[in-house]
Amino acid sequence: MTAFLILVILIGYGVSWYYGSSLFLYVAVAIAIFTNFFSYWFSDRVALSMTGAKPATRAEYFDLYTVTENLSITAGMPMPRLYVIQDPAPNAFATGRNEKHAVVAVTTGLLSMMDRAELEGVIAHELSHIRNRDILLMTVAVVLAGFIAIIADIFLHMAHAGGGKGNEKGSALFMVFAVVGFVLAPIAAQLIQMAISRRREYLADASGALLTRYPDGLARALVKIGSYGMPMKKANHATAHLFIGDPFGARAGQWVERLFATHPPVQERVKALVGGK
Amino acid sequence: MGMTTLYIVLGILAVLSTWAVFSYNRFVSLVNRAKEAWSDISVQLKRRYDLIPNLVETVKGYATHEAATFDNVTKARAAAMGATDPAAKAEAENMLTSTLKSLFAVSEAYPDLKANTNFLELQRELSDTENKIQASRRFYNANVMSLNTAIESFPGNLIANTFGFAKMDLFELANPAEAEPVKVAF
Repeated sequence: MTAFLILVILIGYGVSWYYGSSLFLYVAVAIAIFTNFFSYWFSDRVALSMTGAKPATRAEYFDLYTVTENLSITAGMPMPRLYVIQDPAPNAFATGRNEKHAVVAVTTGLLSMMDRAELEGVIAHELSHIRNRDILLMTVAVVLAGFIAIIADIFLHMAHAGGGKGNEKGSALFMVFAVVGFVLAPIAAQLIQMAISRRREYLADASGALLTRYPDGLARALVKIGSYGMPMKKANHATAHLFIGDPFGARAGQWVERLFATHPPVQERVKALVGGK
Repeated sequence: MGMTTLYIVLGILAVLSTWAVFSYNRFVSLVNRAKEAWSDISVQLKRRYDLIPNLVETVKGYATHEAATFDNVTKARAAAMGATDPAAKAEAENMLTSTLKSLFAVSEAYPDLKANTNFLELQRELSDTENKIQASRRFYNANVMSLNTAIESFPGNLIANTFGFAKMDLFELANPAEAEPVKVAF
């Protein structure tokens, strides 16, 4: 979602530049900010409908419910609403605009594969995403990208007005810069957004381990999730960064793919939790 | 001594008093959160008290000759509910935990009881309650740690000492034997 909105902003930037009018850029930024804010404010409903999650009751899912309830008590936060996704791939996500409107969903695959300690590790990781306000953070990243585009546009207009009068060579060079910028900017924006997402995953791992005081639980869960390999049935680029494990299945380790991955590799995460073996 | 020096001094005083106000309010907030966390523990303990009579009745129905065990549980429960002093309460709670352990150990000898769904449900709920008690204690400890660290750190300790904010005690195991791993012998 964030990547898409950054792209919208940059297309607006390109169109503005082409037609020489900043109006397109401002409209594009306004649209991007509005839709981004909408998806942030209703993030719980958006994510739930995209994944087809169903509410989880205490009677039906006693272990899941009590684990979440107890960890919420330890963390001193209100208990998030719990949902279950019918999918054999083990995964979980957390979303919601703040602690009071938070939602945690897990797959049936995860519930069948994990023992109680591992489930605690996963839930602690998800609760940490909520506590660390990662959803708000990614929203802000898009808004910032929009403002950077506006500022860059203003500067370029000033530079163009100042030095472009009848200076053929300067004008051509300027055009080269603009085209290179236009091509590289979306890539740069995407890279930055992915890098932020990966750092926050490490942070959620660490916060989760601090919450349970038992990093082994999460480490074992991550190994199980990482070794599953198959993508989820309803994997979606818009919600991918919310999940604990990459919903598209373990990606190959090539550096290019890793730069664009929303999640750090499982081995690195396990190493951060329990140290090298 | 010019006007500029006066302004500088006034500026510094303004900054210091603003900091002092924020610091004082932060201590108030930390203390209140720790106190709330302490009462949260009582909420979980009450859950346990409420589950116990039902459990005792269920077991009595099957293990009619274990009167001593039942009496211990009932007496320990009453003692824990009556204790007000935190140290005495912690001790009474530990006592109650060990009587409950005896009760469950005794239940092992009655296969009919173990098959009873009511008993299993109560056992599950009690086990979850123990987890909740532990969770609320950890939350309390986390808050006390934040408070104590704030009281000890510089420059917050200046405010703390001036206004008398005292450190609170962490919830610790009163009985060192609790720290020993439980021996399971068949």
